[in-house]
Amino acid sequence: MKKLNINSLTILPLLGGFFLLTLITGCNTSDQNVHWDSATAKIIGEIQHPTVLPPNVPPPVKPNRGALKQIINMEVVEKVGRLADGVEYDFWTFSGTVPGEFIRIAEGDEVEFHLKNHPDNKFAHNIDLHAVTGSGGGAASSFTAPGHESIFSFKALNPGLYVYHCATAPVGMHIANGMYGLILVEPKEGLPEVDREYYIMQGDFYTVGKYGERGQQSFSMEKAMEENPDYVVFNGSVGSLTGDNSLHAEVGETIRLYVGNGGPNLVSSFHAIGEIFDRVHVEGGDMINKNVQTTLIPAGGAAIIEFKVEVPGEVILVDHSIFRAFNKGALGKIEVSGDENKSIYSGKIDDRIYQIEGGAVQVMPEVEREPIIAGSLKEKISEGKIVYDNFCKACHQAGGKGFTGVYPPLANSSYFKGDVNKAISAVVNGLSGVITVNGTEYNSAMPAQVLSDEEVSNVITYILNEFDNDGGEVTPAQVKAQRK
Amino acid sequence: MKLTIVLFWISFTLLSYGQGCQTAEVKLQSGEYIPMYNDSSNKRIYVENFSMDATAVTNEQFLAFVKANPEWQKSKVKSIFAEASYLSHWENDTILGAQVDPRAPIVYVSWFAAKAYSKWCGRALPTVDQWEYAAQADKYNAAGNSDEFKNELLRLYEKKQHNHQTAVGKGEPNYWGIFDMHGLIWEWTIDFNSILISGESRKDGSLDRNLFCAGGSLGSVYPLNYDAFLRYAFRGSLKAKYCLKGLGFRTVNN
Repeated sequence: MKKLNINSLTILPLLGGFFLLTLITGCNTSDQNVHWDSATAKIIGEIQHPTVLPPNVPPPVKPNRGALKQIINMEVVEKVGRLADGVEYDFWTFSGTVPGEFIRIAEGDEVEFHLKNHPDNKFAHNIDLHAVTGSGGGAASSFTAPGHESIFSFKALNPGLYVYHCATAPVGMHIANGMYGLILVEPKEGLPEVDREYYIMQGDFYTVGKYGERGQQSFSMEKAMEENPDYVVFNGSVGSLTGDNSLHAEVGETIRLYVGNGGPNLVSSFHAIGEIFDRVHVEGGDMINKNVQTTLIPAGGAAIIEFKVEVPGEVILVDHSIFRAFNKGALGKIEVSGDENKSIYSGKIDDRIYQIEGGAVQVMPEVEREPIIAGSLKEKISEGKIVYDNFCKACHQAGGKGFTGVYPPLANSSYFKGDVNKAISAVVNGLSGVITVNGTEYNSAMPAQVLSDEEVSNVITYILNEFDNDGGEVTPAQVKAQRK
Repeated sequence: MKLTIVLFWISFTLLSYGQGCQTAEVKLQSGEYIPMYNDSSNKRIYVENFSMDATAVTNEQFLAFVKANPEWQKSKVKSIFAEASYLSHWENDTILGAQVDPRAPIVYVSWFAAKAYSKWCGRALPTVDQWEYAAQADKYNAAGNSDEFKNELLRLYEKKQHNHQTAVGKGEPNYWGIFDMHGLIWEWTIDFNSILISGESRKDGSLDRNLFCAGGSLGSVYPLNYDAFLRYAFRGSLKAKYCLKGLGFRTVNN
């Protein structure tokens, strides 16, 4: 290595300068902080921790409120729930939701944790909170049979955003079934005030049936071992943060997202389409990175993300390992309302992302699917809605209204008016190049969709009848005729 | 090949022992199995000949026991031998009530009570080795290790209905002629706490150090034995006085 050519005579005064600076800064801090230590902070009161379910979080900690004893009651519930439209799954949950309730405490707080395993549950469970300093993060002390309750306590020594999860064997299966959540330990002075806070947690799910296959799906241990999930979702199901479940904000507001990744296997490339993260607490810790496009969230890790929304519209949240967003469900939405600001819109939104992502025709391998035979027009429309929600809505949006300039609208569409075969062909063969729809030019690419003739006929029938188009009914034979 | 297995001596005997304590039992021939956890690698455990109840002990069988042994009735049992939920699904000390099928397996029963019942019958609770040996049989093999079988077990565990209404012996018996080893309830073993999962599955320095998280898959013989992980974890969460909605037992004769 190259030897530094600075002699000690130069460096000593420099060091002295730093020392002086440290002394001065030290004198500026208030008296109560000088000897404050989260491990020995005196408990000055006791509160019951509120149960707040995702995507919401409990209210912020008041700055320098002092250390409190917090009683947390959490119930483990095994229950069948919705994984996607028409798809149900045997979830194992904390608090009955995936992810479990958001825990919010402050540095120095003492937590008395009550873990309750519902009597109707079939399995033993426990909890490992990454915020705990102590053996197993509470796992051993909280190991609980069905119909029992375990109590343990811990002192929150380190501020940060931490994952909690079940750590009972087989751990992977407990996590894969949904047993994870986030615990925020706020620094004693609190986090800076923001306008809105939301709680999002990604997870991968492994089902015996393929993505979108109807009915009650069971955990596939082979797919889990191969780390090959059928679903990668936010907050426990496809669509948990889109449509009616979208998050909201007003122009000019600052949003703070607490984003975790339960895994069990995949690492998330968390990204917001049409926004830049102003500040990211990297890995949920003290380090703040600014102006981040995509932040990596490891399985069993988290990040605190803050950004100000400047323009109205939709901020789309994705795992930018992008097939997960468009084919496995990792999609969420923040609807921002307020006045337009054209100068910022054109200056700030990076439109290239859409074009690069859609720049090539993607054809998936042919897969045999179980046909679902819909009889009446009404049945076709309701089956078609499920196909639409699972496969089309991510781009073409609810109500087929599209995304101006990026994803053409399907509602009252001039493109396939009078010629339904153009719509069918786009679905079964894909479509790329310049088209004009309702007066706007689109130059993008849509991949051919892996759907059966039956499914395509249903979804086109749905689009024709529900989105202010020509109406009518498409048969599987018509679809077959369009396949190239 | 497997045809020879069909010629195995499986015998159903309707036995009568004790006062009102009767069951159909099945003989299991001695053999080996590889337990879920042992420190050295493929150490096989030899299991001697024994007989096991073809079905779990039922509400009506247990009712006969508490009538003959009033100290085990729910109003009289000592709290160190059974927690408050003991027989809580029964109407009272000696009446099951309309919500409980007499032929459904007895649940809400402690290890102490299960042991006392077994003794009253002149029998015993199975060891973990005996129970696991009997339970590794699928329909056609004494040792069913196919992925299909393992997946089926996970399905069965998830689909269990602890409703006190499902009678024993309704499904298909396994290779030995034993019913409901997986799909109905969890079952007590005499040494349920000998192969412990203490709760910290990943690093315990004691008996159970291999049972949790990544450590579990290093110590276990077949990493895909998720069904066994679930059983051992469940046993590890128990204490002898626990009485759970989905936990009963069957007996053996050594």
